[in-house]
Amino acid sequence: MRVIGVPRRRVDARAKVTGQTRFADDIFLPRMAYCKLLRSPHPHARIRKMDTSRAAAHNGVYLVLSGKDLPIEYGILPVSQDEQALCVDHVRHVGDPVAAVVAREELTAFEALDLIDVEYELLTTIADPEEALATPAPRIHEYGEEGNIHKRVSLEFGDVEQGFAEADEVFEDTFFYQGNTHLPIEQHASMAIKDPEGKLTIWSSTQTPHYLHRALAKVLQMPPGHIRVIATPNGGGFGGKSDPFNHEIVVAKAALLLDRPVKICLTREEVFYCHRGRHPVLMKFKTGVKKDGTITGMHLQTLIDGGAYGSYGVASTFYTGALQTVTYHVPRYKFQGCRTFTNKPPCGPKRGHGTVQPRFGQEVQLDKIAEKLSIDPADLRLRIAESSNAVTANFFRLSVVNLSECIRRVVKNSDWKEKFRKMPDGRGVGLACSAYLTGAGLPIYWNKMPHSGVHIKFDRGGGVAVFCGATEIGQGSDDVLAGIVAEVLGLETFDIRLYTGDTDLGPVDLGSYSSRVTIMAGNAALQAAERGREMIAEAAAEKLGVPKERLRFADKRVFDSAAPEKCLTFAQAVCNAEARFGTIGTMGSYTPPKSPALYKGGGVGPSPTYSYTAAVVEVAVNPATGWITVPKIWIAHDIGRALNPTLVRGQVEGSVYMGLGEALMEEQEFRRLPKKLSHALVHKFPSMLEYKSPTSLDMPEVITELIEEPDPRGPFGAKEVGQGPLLPIMPAVANAVYDALGVRIDEVPITPEKIMKALAEKKAGRTPRFGPNHFPKVNWPEALRVPPPWEGGDGNAVNDVPRAAKHNPEKEKVLSP
Amino acid sequence: MMRLPLFEFRMPRTIDEAVLILDGEGPKAMPLAGGTDLLPNMKRRQQVPKTLMSLRYIEDLNRVRMEASASRLGACVTLADIAADPRFRNGLTALAQAASLVATPHIRNMATLGGNLCLDTRCNYYDQNYEWRKAIDFCLKKDGDTCWVAPGSLKCMAVSSTDTAPALIALGARVRLVSRLEEREVLLGELYNNDGLDYIKRKPNEILAEVLLDSLHGWKSTYWKLRRRGSFDFPVLSVAAAARFTESGVVEDARIVMGSAASRPLVALDAAKTLVGRPLNGESIAEAAVLAARIAKPLDNTDFDMSWRKRVTGEFVTCALRELRGDDVSGERLSYMRTHSH
Repeated sequence: MRVIGVPRRRVDARAKVTGQTRFADDIFLPRMAYCKLLRSPHPHARIRKMDTSRAAAHNGVYLVLSGKDLPIEYGILPVSQDEQALCVDHVRHVGDPVAAVVAREELTAFEALDLIDVEYELLTTIADPEEALATPAPRIHEYGEEGNIHKRVSLEFGDVEQGFAEADEVFEDTFFYQGNTHLPIEQHASMAIKDPEGKLTIWSSTQTPHYLHRALAKVLQMPPGHIRVIATPNGGGFGGKSDPFNHEIVVAKAALLLDRPVKICLTREEVFYCHRGRHPVLMKFKTGVKKDGTITGMHLQTLIDGGAYGSYGVASTFYTGALQTVTYHVPRYKFQGCRTFTNKPPCGPKRGHGTVQPRFGQEVQLDKIAEKLSIDPADLRLRIAESSNAVTANFFRLSVVNLSECIRRVVKNSDWKEKFRKMPDGRGVGLACSAYLTGAGLPIYWNKMPHSGVHIKFDRGGGVAVFCGATEIGQGSDDVLAGIVAEVLGLETFDIRLYTGDTDLGPVDLGSYSSRVTIMAGNAALQAAERGREMIAEAAAEKLGVPKERLRFADKRVFDSAAPEKCLTFAQAVCNAEARFGTIGTMGSYTPPKSPALYKGGGVGPSPTYSYTAAVVEVAVNPATGWITVPKIWIAHDIGRALNPTLVRGQVEGSVYMGLGEALMEEQEFRRLPKKLSHALVHKFPSMLEYKSPTSLDMPEVITELIEEPDPRGPFGAKEVGQGPLLPIMPAVANAVYDALGVRIDEVPITPEKIMKALAEKKAGRTPRFGPNHFPKVNWPEALRVPPPWEGGDGNAVNDVPRAAKHNPEKEKVLSP
Repeated sequence: MMRLPLFEFRMPRTIDEAVLILDGEGPKAMPLAGGTDLLPNMKRRQQVPKTLMSLRYIEDLNRVRMEASASRLGACVTLADIAADPRFRNGLTALAQAASLVATPHIRNMATLGGNLCLDTRCNYYDQNYEWRKAIDFCLKKDGDTCWVAPGSLKCMAVSSTDTAPALIALGARVRLVSRLEEREVLLGELYNNDGLDYIKRKPNEILAEVLLDSLHGWKSTYWKLRRRGSFDFPVLSVAAAARFTESGVVEDARIVMGSAASRPLVALDAAKTLVGRPLNGESIAEAAVLAARIAKPLDNTDFDMSWRKRVTGEFVTCALRELRGDDVSGERLSYMRTHSH
């Protein structure tokens, strides 16, 4: 292969390094106006009265909008349509928008915000899940399970108590994973216009133009065909630009009303209010094992701080319990998850969506199990790693699984056997593994259509244009499309023109989330390119008088492999095919395979295939202050095939970087002022200076290995790399700290303060540990019982109402991102 | 994005012209000496001066004169220049280290020595934008009545966050302040009040024009800075130490100054005193560390847990003094500051 597998400069590199990439905020249009949003200063309140007249009369102000102008509720999931572009009468967190000002100058719009008079009636503030459980009223939302519980799930795959009864040892541990945010360098920005025909066009830094398209159509009550969404290249997404956002809807409405381009670029503080980041999760793991490490059963409970809106939360809840079975063989598994509403910016999907928190708990607990059983943690994992083509207890079908090879490589590269439990005091190594989806098996809204489509247009000059809804968020989706098409047609990526992320130009791709673009848009591109090659080859075979099967496409030529001098240039071949068939354009599409997980909730977690990762982290901790540094990390990732190894390595190292931030410092933390004096519950530091995320100086050396065994489900065998490699970093750091000092930090971030507290416990002769000590009582529903495959299960629950008997199966089904 | 409020901009060419402007405009004018802190603060509406007066074009303020007997550093010398200039070594090491550890390379290219010495005090309740501060009903330092760090306090608890001041105080620096009618020299250690609101004795009509240093022959100095990351962050604790030794290694004179542990740099007099007349040994260093840490009173208004920051004080004093003694503490320095020693 000439393109695939060759380290290449990405197709959008030139534009990016020369500053020519046009992000949403770089778009300037004649007559454009600027929008600013007035946001609630209260964490929880009713809007009693609002008077916008002074702002509307302010010099330079074109328009003031409030909740009544955009009352229709929307949300990313069909089951959580709970947001309004501007709050009509209920604000749910500091930063919830209540009004918008559109003005000639941004400064004018900002100043006019202070001229809007809002009267609030304050409501009880609910700051965390335990408070939410204890405070059924006032309700943050009028829907959900009850009180302030948004979603509760209970699933049991086999009799887990029986599993514990068969165990030699049963381990119970609680962990806490603090929330954190995506921190893309580009703040969200949007520009909307009423186009010359009177239709709506919006440019926006979104990862999901298709879902924004749907939300706009719903809230603005316009036919989707009259709305064009163009996803501009995102300056980082990481899941934070996957929801339809209030500011996008507001500028669209304003542009339609004013017949002027209207732009908004959020401040960094406002990005913290959009959030949709990592949910804070309290977890309790109960795991039974045999003396040899074999798992006999696992019971996982999660309590999830959802923030003020649903967002992807129902899916996030399922995700906290979905992938435990995908890494290691768990024969009996029970999962219970509960997401509560709180008066904080809504949580949602961040890189590793919902699976990062329980991965931390599971990998740290395995480290404890290995120690108790006197088994090397790497050996323990090798014994219990899942195998290729298995179907898990919760009915996820695996494809190629190369976890064991990942473990062996990092063990070898890091010199693990010479370091583990052998380094001097204050130095240590830790190991952890993970698995992640290569694309969600189901769409967000129920439908039977493809998840991705690609259209290729062949030009008489030999040019090839690829049209696809896939969205470039920096991860390299454009490069994937160009690489695949170029490889199939014997071209270079420079010969391919890309038209992506535009709902008018390209077929739907569901968006850049769940690590789905390479496999889904990639397979669609592969199909479209192969169909084009087939037509060109058929016509060329006639022309050259050689059997079609002998034709090859390479070096921009179509030639007879037996007599390479018999050839057409690619451009000649296209003209030849056009003369034979008419205008050449081909389509490709991709729909994931059907999942055997038929039970309710089984829509979250299935994937065409899963990626695997193992990592070893070395730490140095100063026992006098707990100061922690990470000198080196070894990581191996089961990628299937690296389409462009340069980009794959970049994704692995980027994941390590983000993982280290979560492990050591990042916190979406809130500050409550003394209750007697104030009602306030504010984000502690919504700024890039005080929300700590590592700098380049804080990055360790990273040794990356790619394990390449092509997966039959992926285009050219490729699996995902955007999210999986993040997952093992945090638990590996925690395990390394234990190796260094003999203290367990059972929560992230792992800070010097927590290390010192754990060392103090150790010194006092108590459990050398820092972390949560209890899991509150949750009123769990009766578990859906799904017998695992080895107990004769068929993927359905034995105690659920059959789907066919329900009135509206689409609405009932929980769909996954 | 956040926009600057409107303001008038003045760019005098001489100190005389500058002090005339300050005199005429009163407290509504602010000198701009780099602007890496002031301009973001203006975007957040922490400061809303009617007039900004740039000091950049005043030649006198950009001069460095170093002689054996004394040095004079213009207030507008950039931190990048100080960090890069080989003349700031030996006795002046602490200053070069402090300058090199401020924020980021980009900021050091703009930020000036005078600007860093006059840096506004910082606090997690104050260094927030207008909307955030509105959500807590503002605070004592700006537009409000309560110090949220210590709601009973009548005094603002914002933290002195300058890197260069502790270093220069340890080096015994003075500053020259110029107004239209008078000129005065003040010991830098006496320029600051322990009050987050009224933190500096520079009057609104004065320009901090120069930093003056006596000969530092025979002195050794060092600066240690605690911050979460290897770049960007303001100090949440710093220790500057300077000492003059006899040939036999006995301490003749010493100064230890802690930054970011109060609303002003704290001079650890007792800790320094205990070192004098003895060689720097394990015992004297440990005594000094305890004495210094005793007066550090970090509060819950910066990054990191306050009691942990206090604990690190002793560790940093120890590291700094060991470094002055000649011990190799480059491993610790690299670990805490992600940077090698000068």
